[in-house]
Amino acid sequence: MIRFVFLKLARALLTILLVMTFAFVVLRLSGDPAQIMLGPDAPQDAIDAFRARWGFDDPLWRQYLAYLGQILRGDFGVSMRDGSAAIDLVMERVPATLALTVPALVLKLAIGIPAGVYAALHRESIADRGVIMASIFGFTIPSFVLGLVLVLIFSITFDLLPSGGQDTWRHAILPILTMSIGGIGILARFSRSAMIEVLGQPYIRTAMAKGLPWRDVVWRHALPNAAVPIVTLVGFMLGSLIAGAVVVESIFSWPGVGRLIVVSVANRDLAVVQCLLLVIAATMVIANLLVDFTYGLLDPRLRSARPAH
Amino acid sequence: MTIAIAKPRLLTRIRLRVPLLVAIAIGWLTLMVATAIFADLIRPYEVTRMDLMARLAPIGTPGHWLGTDELGRDVFSRLVQSIRVSLVIAFGATILSAVFGTTLGFLAAQFRGWVENFVMSLADFQAALPFMIMALSVLAFFGTSMVLLVCLMGFYGWERYARIARGLAISASAQGYAAAVVQLGATPRRLYLKHILPNVASTLIVSMTLTFPEIILMESGLSFLGLGVQPPQTSLGNMVGFGREYLTRAPHIMLAPALIIVLTTLSISLLGDWLRDRLDPTVR
Repeated sequence: MIRFVFLKLARALLTILLVMTFAFVVLRLSGDPAQIMLGPDAPQDAIDAFRARWGFDDPLWRQYLAYLGQILRGDFGVSMRDGSAAIDLVMERVPATLALTVPALVLKLAIGIPAGVYAALHRESIADRGVIMASIFGFTIPSFVLGLVLVLIFSITFDLLPSGGQDTWRHAILPILTMSIGGIGILARFSRSAMIEVLGQPYIRTAMAKGLPWRDVVWRHALPNAAVPIVTLVGFMLGSLIAGAVVVESIFSWPGVGRLIVVSVANRDLAVVQCLLLVIAATMVIANLLVDFTYGLLDPRLRSARPAH
Repeated sequence: MTIAIAKPRLLTRIRLRVPLLVAIAIGWLTLMVATAIFADLIRPYEVTRMDLMARLAPIGTPGHWLGTDELGRDVFSRLVQSIRVSLVIAFGATILSAVFGTTLGFLAAQFRGWVENFVMSLADFQAALPFMIMALSVLAFFGTSMVLLVCLMGFYGWERYARIARGLAISASAQGYAAAVVQLGATPRRLYLKHILPNVASTLIVSMTLTFPEIILMESGLSFLGLGVQPPQTSLGNMVGFGREYLTRAPHIMLAPALIIVLTTLSISLLGDWLRDRLDPTVR
């Protein structure tokens, strides 16, 4: 078990290091930072001073080490736009995004999994077909189309809900709906197939043969086994709590992390984009770690060996 | 006495084998591919031709049966061109990503050791960074061009092919046929391309049908945000993005490309599901 945890942690750290390297490479390849920061008309001595000040004259490997050192000290650089610390800019946007993504995640779990399990238990019934069709529609409609159609219906045609902004809780309804519908479809479909696969296993037949009530078979034998693949998907959704709202925030002009990404990218605000990359990747990696440890709890067989890819 | 048994006609036989929904999906996709190929012949106007006298014309206007946009450009013509651009990007990217991912997966399976660890770490990295975020940061710093966009989208989902290809190749090389071919003196290249690839192709093809609609959605999402395909070039997502400004007065500008996106991704999903059930019982 200790070896398992250690291996997982080492892999997670390696992933973060790769993301940091990616950010570094993209930053350095995209042009001379001095030119970008100071503008095309900057005098040569200002550029030289800037390069010496920030260490751009050093060999690349030394710059890379210095960059890693800065990040380890928690220094993510400052925004080009207003000079405030990049990490503060990112962190102050996080609550607004979570206000959308957490309720959306709750909706996805509360509707998607029961719908999928119900469909699997009533295969070929009308409810099953309904769940399949609804889930296919749910995840093939892109969020920007769904969002705009919801605006067209609820804001423009019937004038029931606001189409953008963040003033009251009513402003959050349409974004949350837009975000959860796709996820509900995916989860329902996934839970259904996981459950169907488990129900076909010999141990279910054994459980039924020894006369267990159907309810016990489902709750104690089928569901815990079907949970393993479902947890993977839920972990992925957990990991995208911060980054998963880019398009939806843009549609509903919601001032969260997603808006910050699009705006910083459009303004080429290097430090902020780099900081966002790291925060988002770290969230994802932590979620993956949680999933791996949950596997260990759910399935003792996976504790010793690495789960097969 | 002879009993005449009529052979089912060709159409009936096809219908017996292909469910109606899948048949409709195939029909729609054929229509889309044909539209993309013959875009120049189909569209009645140039995509950039403006008619400022007929701005925001509604659906059914004579001469512009899908109406016009805010600059009086024919929505139908732009739609036809957008289908071509979006499909070309999605096809190009799907093939790139399948080739790239499968190659890395095979390399990992062949060499094991540190090569395998390296490839799998890269796959972890890709899985840790949401693709949209990676795409946004690359586009931010390198600017947007069509070639870059296709190459970038070509990275979408490669890690899935790599993992699948590695797993399948490892289990295939434990089977008799692979060992026999190696014993006969086949080079690794011949073993993988001529013997293992055909055996694992069905699973990879199924993954492609799952990735394809996601690439369409990703490209249209990026274009919707204004960071994908740039004007004057047009794509489905780009049309939805600009149509959004005229949601109240002329919703058809947004609804027409949106409907095409939904129908196309829906068709590919239906087709992919059906293919998966037929070709490959192992992937979900």
